[in-house]
Amino acid sequence: MSQPMDSVMALPQQKVRMGRKGNAPKPTQGIQSLILRLLVYGAAIFTFAVLLFLIGYILIRGIPYLTPDLFSLEYTSENCSMLPSIVTTVEMTLLSLVIAIPISVFTAIYLVEYAKKGNKLVGLMRLTTETLSGIPSIVYGLFGMLFFVTQLGWKLSLLSGSLTLAIMILPLIMRSTEEALLAVPDMYREASFGLGAGKLRTVFRIVLPSAMPGILAGVILAVGRIVGETAALIYTAGTATDLPKGLLSSGRTLAVHMYCLSSEGLHTNQAYATAVVLLLIVLAMNTISALIARKLTKN
Amino acid sequence: MSMNVKYKIQDLNLHYGEFHALKNINLDLPEREITAFIGPSGCGKSTLLKTLNRMNDLVEGCRIDGTVRLDGEDIFDRMDVNILRRRVGMVFQKPNPFPMSIYDNIAFGPRTHGIHSKSKLDEIVEKSLQNAAIWDEVKDRLHKSALGMSGGQQQRLCIARALAIEPEVLLMDEPTSALDPISTMKVEDLVQELKQNYTIVMVTHNMQQATRVSDKTAFFLLGEVVEFNQTSELFSMPKDQRTENYITGRFG
Amino acid sequence: MSWLFALCACMSIVAVALICVFLFANGIPAMKEIGVFHFLFGTKWAPKNNPASYGILPMIVGSLCVTFGAVIIGVPIGVLTAVYLSRFCPKKLHSLLEPLVQLMAGIPSILYGFFGLVVMVPLARMIPGCTGVSMVTAAVLLGIMILPTVINLSESAINAVPNSYYEGALALGATHERSVFFAVLPAAKSGILAAVVLGIGRAIGETMAVIMVAGNQPILPRSIFKGIRTMTANIVIEMGYATGLHREALIATGVVLFIFILIINLAFAALKKRGEKV
Repeated sequence: MSQPMDSVMALPQQKVRMGRKGNAPKPTQGIQSLILRLLVYGAAIFTFAVLLFLIGYILIRGIPYLTPDLFSLEYTSENCSMLPSIVTTVEMTLLSLVIAIPISVFTAIYLVEYAKKGNKLVGLMRLTTETLSGIPSIVYGLFGMLFFVTQLGWKLSLLSGSLTLAIMILPLIMRSTEEALLAVPDMYREASFGLGAGKLRTVFRIVLPSAMPGILAGVILAVGRIVGETAALIYTAGTATDLPKGLLSSGRTLAVHMYCLSSEGLHTNQAYATAVVLLLIVLAMNTISALIARKLTKN
Repeated sequence: MSMNVKYKIQDLNLHYGEFHALKNINLDLPEREITAFIGPSGCGKSTLLKTLNRMNDLVEGCRIDGTVRLDGEDIFDRMDVNILRRRVGMVFQKPNPFPMSIYDNIAFGPRTHGIHSKSKLDEIVEKSLQNAAIWDEVKDRLHKSALGMSGGQQQRLCIARALAIEPEVLLMDEPTSALDPISTMKVEDLVQELKQNYTIVMVTHNMQQATRVSDKTAFFLLGEVVEFNQTSELFSMPKDQRTENYITGRFG
Repeated sequence: MSWLFALCACMSIVAVALICVFLFANGIPAMKEIGVFHFLFGTKWAPKNNPASYGILPMIVGSLCVTFGAVIIGVPIGVLTAVYLSRFCPKKLHSLLEPLVQLMAGIPSILYGFFGLVVMVPLARMIPGCTGVSMVTAAVLLGIMILPTVINLSESAINAVPNSYYEGALALGATHERSVFFAVLPAAKSGILAAVVLGIGRAIGETMAVIMVAGNQPILPRSIFKGIRTMTANIVIEMGYATGLHREALIATGVVLFIFILIINLAFAALKKRGEKV
């Protein structure tokens, strides 16, 4: 048995080198293979062309409209400043993360480090987490409106909005944390136990630090999701244009701002400019997350 | 005994990147006989086998010098790789039936090569399964999944699948290493039958198996062919000290 | 401390329970008042009429139509792209393209919607008889939006297929393409099916992008080149000014959507389980 062979064969396949001059293979197989190959290449080209076109189009059309006006402190119906919405977005993101990170990280710790296999409750937890990740944002929006805004009486506010978002990103952070924790080798835990450290100390001093990059990658993805969210916020945080004065006042995030601009149809240029800012934020988040993930796989 | 040479391997060198996996191989594999490749793990016997139907083409950084001729034709030059693989069937170490019905497994090859007529396919399926001595066991469940068969049956199915494309050569890479003794015996009997019509090259880690089934044996060590001879002679009167050490179990 | 972890872990159960309770408690009474049959199968949505009519069949049909269209467009392209990434793409290019797929998944729906509005709607208007904002525009846009979901899950399903299938087919003289399509893909079937189901879930729940390109007329679709309204759009468009029974009818629309999603999730979980077994 040749070891190098086997290990290399397990990698994704490279294109097969065909015979150098080669009598053509039997025509049926040759034509069929050609068609299949064209389909595969065509689909891949389509997918990535659409993506690059979308990014390029928004950047090219939007960048010329990025005027200083758009970043003035006060929003007026003339300047359509996006600065208040940027500030609101930052506040909303921080608030949602503060709520969601401890809950989802602790949940992951429970599932990986504490829960016993075959525990019925654990099965239910996994089922509900999967359900949460499949619920569309408009349903979260409806729920937030019914529960936080109406039932708890917090009105359209930063608090209602960020709690809604926090529930929405729970499964996202939880899953990446769980994967990161599972990837921590058991020998770390054993070594720590062997030194007489307790379970809790082991988790916080040994396991969590080694899982940190994975958790971070998940958190950053969650930030991207919050920044881009619209449907869950319109009826929970509202669309007020001013800077929110407190937790219980309404405010629009950048994505909601963008929706208002483009659905009114009066401020197309400003909508383009807002799209650029939104796109750049998402690009940045994705790049950072990808860099962290790449660093992870290297180690 | 016919002494026509089926495969003529000359000055073959193979590198995986920096690793020199096969060194100056010169072998003539006789037609309609069973040649066994033996040797310790990592000695290059599987690598050479996979060179014979160019499965090494898949490996990145794999470089091959020298020539391998099948019936006088250089398999690296004028020959289309798919035609080559049609002429040279392969059976793998672990049975690898496709996750489809027994019938579709056998029909995969013929369909690949343009046979679509139902009656022709039926005929090929039956003939191949009979040749692989498994027809009686599966004829009532041809349209059931092949993954439901036992390991031994799966391996004989894979042999039948290879036979369905009417190859001239059958390459077998430790075909019984994943099987129990009874299945192993069945496969060995089958191989003996098949040699009447096919040239068979078999890699085996099991020296008893080599003595039981093969006509000629090549002993590999560290990428080289140390000795190549009639099986009976190689095992009774090894010419090379290293061969003797290996077959008497002093290392490997 | 472990009780605190367990408590946090229960939050997802609590959240799902709360969502169910509040949606159903606010939506079911309205359905009863309107009449379940009339609500689900009524073809007239006219909350401003006297007497008002609350039939959401046009929206159910609208959601199903655009989702169906999205699947027709997104699934073949997505699966073929996954095949490309998994079996045709040079490794170096792969490390470049993979983050692009993740980026595609990360682009907010509002940006897709905006792109649809400013690029695809004018293009669609060039089709004779097409109003620009229409079912076909929404379907194509959604088809693009579900691509990353379909690609990601299909690619991992294809990657999970043992290499022995591929080698086995090659050794029979099949070309690379034939080996991939006829030996590897069938083995990845249930994983790919799960990808499709998840894509359906994404499409049917999508809101902001659809609103911007679908036209939103609450009537049964007459042609794929005319406007339609989905359940999601119905909620967002009218919730801002709805009161009383109208508001509750919108929440009930959300309940119907939620039930669709739950069914899709169950199907996804079942398929995933089956995929793991094989």
